[in-house]
Amino acid sequence: MKTLIISLKIFLFFTVLTGVLYPLFVTGIAQVVFPAKANGSLLINDNKKIGSELIGQQFDSTIYFSSRPSAISYNPLPSGGSNYGLTNSKLKQQVIERKQHFIKFNQLDSLSQIPAEMLFASASGLDPHISKQSALLQVNRIATARNFNVAQKQQLIACVNRLTEKPQILVLGEERVNVLLLNLELDKIR
Amino acid sequence: MTIQDFLQIALFIALLIGLTPIMGNFMSKVFNGEKHFMLPVLGWLERLTYKFIRINPDEETNWKSYTFGLLAFNLAGFLFLFLIQVFQAYLPLNPANLTNVSWHSAFNTAVSFMTNTNWQGYAGETTMSYFVQMIGLAVQNFVSAATGIAVVIALIRGISRKSTDKIGNFWTDLTRATLYILLPLSILFAVVLVSQGVVQNFNSYETVQTLQGTQQVLPMGPAASQIAIKQLGTNGGGFFNANAAHPFENPTPFSNFLQILAIFIIPAGLTYTYGRFVKSSRQGWTIFAAMMILFLAGLGISLYAEYSANPIFGNLPLMEGKETRFGITNSVLFSVVTTDASCGAVNAMHDSLSPFSGMVAMINMMLGEIIFGGVGAGLYGMVVFIILTVFIAGLMVGRTPEYLGKKIEAFEVKMAIIANLSTSFVILVFTAWASVSSYGLSSLNNAGPHGFSEILYAYSSAAGNNGSAFAGLNANTLFYNLTLGIGMLIGRFGVIIPILAIAGSLASKKTTPPSLGTFRTDNWLFIGLLISVILIVGGLTYFPALSLGPVVEHFLMNSAITF
Repeated sequence: MKTLIISLKIFLFFTVLTGVLYPLFVTGIAQVVFPAKANGSLLINDNKKIGSELIGQQFDSTIYFSSRPSAISYNPLPSGGSNYGLTNSKLKQQVIERKQHFIKFNQLDSLSQIPAEMLFASASGLDPHISKQSALLQVNRIATARNFNVAQKQQLIACVNRLTEKPQILVLGEERVNVLLLNLELDKIR
Repeated sequence: MTIQDFLQIALFIALLIGLTPIMGNFMSKVFNGEKHFMLPVLGWLERLTYKFIRINPDEETNWKSYTFGLLAFNLAGFLFLFLIQVFQAYLPLNPANLTNVSWHSAFNTAVSFMTNTNWQGYAGETTMSYFVQMIGLAVQNFVSAATGIAVVIALIRGISRKSTDKIGNFWTDLTRATLYILLPLSILFAVVLVSQGVVQNFNSYETVQTLQGTQQVLPMGPAASQIAIKQLGTNGGGFFNANAAHPFENPTPFSNFLQILAIFIIPAGLTYTYGRFVKSSRQGWTIFAAMMILFLAGLGISLYAEYSANPIFGNLPLMEGKETRFGITNSVLFSVVTTDASCGAVNAMHDSLSPFSGMVAMINMMLGEIIFGGVGAGLYGMVVFIILTVFIAGLMVGRTPEYLGKKIEAFEVKMAIIANLSTSFVILVFTAWASVSSYGLSSLNNAGPHGFSEILYAYSSAAGNNGSAFAGLNANTLFYNLTLGIGMLIGRFGVIIPILAIAGSLASKKTTPPSLGTFRTDNWLFIGLLISVILIVGGLTYFPALSLGPVVEHFLMNSAITF
């Protein structure tokens, strides 16, 4: 009986400490030191919240860079991937279709190498990035759709180069471009 | 693979080796009651705890009282967590107005978080209120990890003491593990995670107008504080459904690197603590070396499988279920570490891993989560195999088996076998049941051998208290919630109780001083023997099951057959 009472009391004690005080303490520090990041790295355009820098959005218009395929169509409630195994015929079919679509959509040569991330769905369904190569493959299509002249197209390529993130601390992670940030810059090209 | 890929792995291993003695030394001071640098900072909190629960921290107990305290404490945690889930709609901090959780899902989740499994049959952002996440789940993240540490410390005391029935005070060990180890590290880590972009707030979900003009609802919440302890305590339960693949949970390669490291630092450090307690750091490093070899072997196979071409997709890098910022190497490294260590967080969807990578993850769990393993759980699971190794080696040379001067007799071997069989029983029996029943098969997301792998993975994860999944399997059904819940209970307490019994039995024995005839347990020969026993006793049990799942899938994939 004594043990049961002790166990209830210590459980109560740790619930208050680690369940209430700990998250409040961390929230306090986070909101003071990194307020923008703690609140979801939101992007504001013309006083409107247009998304989070970290969360990918669906782009299927010809005037924007496309993002990766997503098993959840970029609806974050809830996040997730396709969970298809490699021997799943649906996955095989999807990859073939996505490849044909990407080639047709971007008017590419039918033998072009398409980077893998544009053919496979991401893990979270919210992957904000694509590779630099995938972005460059889309430049011609966007320039045509927006009636860009040669100088504007050069600006567009410069944009991709500028927004390409290198591996962090020289070695960590992969080279990548944030699609939403890229499309925001794209809208600024006049 | 590029040089950069190898550099990331090398950096990880170097930091792990470097941090092991630092962590290990600190933990041995904490549990020996010696002076350490956190005492002036948090000592008052420890004294306050004892005052509140009215115990004498120095009063030690025998193994039975220790076990009883542990079970009572876990029961309290289970009941509380169960109740706040089934009544969450009536409780505060629920800005998304989520409804009450079903009883079987609540049972599964309560067991899951209490046993340090953190298997999730539900999607966090659409199921659990901030209240449940904080007051319920996050608390269990701390105390289930602290429970694991307490058990291994009791076991180490049993091994290193002689002629006593006392193995420590559960309340003291629990308190110290939480206050001095888990809490400070979590605070530090959580703040670093926020600096990378992990959310930490109590805002309601944010509705935004996307650039293309549609609406997107962004989930929010106190994620960083929970993710920090989820990695450090090898819990692995994600704040969001996609777990560490979610950009709000793991936004950058740097946050990813730290999250992988955080999984291993306490389990690796404990091997050093072990060495300190038994007064031979060689013994600790021996265990560390055996774990490291098994880790590297798994990592090697998994990387090779993921980077190999196959006739279905040709030379295309296998990016299904992986994030661009992590790429293949970081996804594979995460998958091997998280399954080695009973963490179960994922930054890639394991269901979409190549067959052999998925198999490495399964084997890591099937061996009983002993490759560094869960906090505490990894090391005490490893001691089970050490006892078996010493016993088998003793049989081969015809001597009474001894370990660190303690005679290993029938009782210890029996207990070790019970611990070992608990896991196998859950994995094989429940997998077989699910594979031949309609309510088991109707949850599958993939056909062919991969479907069988989904089931096998689920029960391996439950039995090993891992919590990761081949997440295509819809496990939020009555059948899976109950069988997986029971599996987690057996996998946790079916090991902890025999371990504490071994601790009690060893503590009461006399120590024989080492002589020329003593079988050495701190050299390469022993490491080789230990690894062999792990693979033969632990691994061979599952070979038939694995050959029906990932092995046959691998060969079918190489013949370009799909389902």
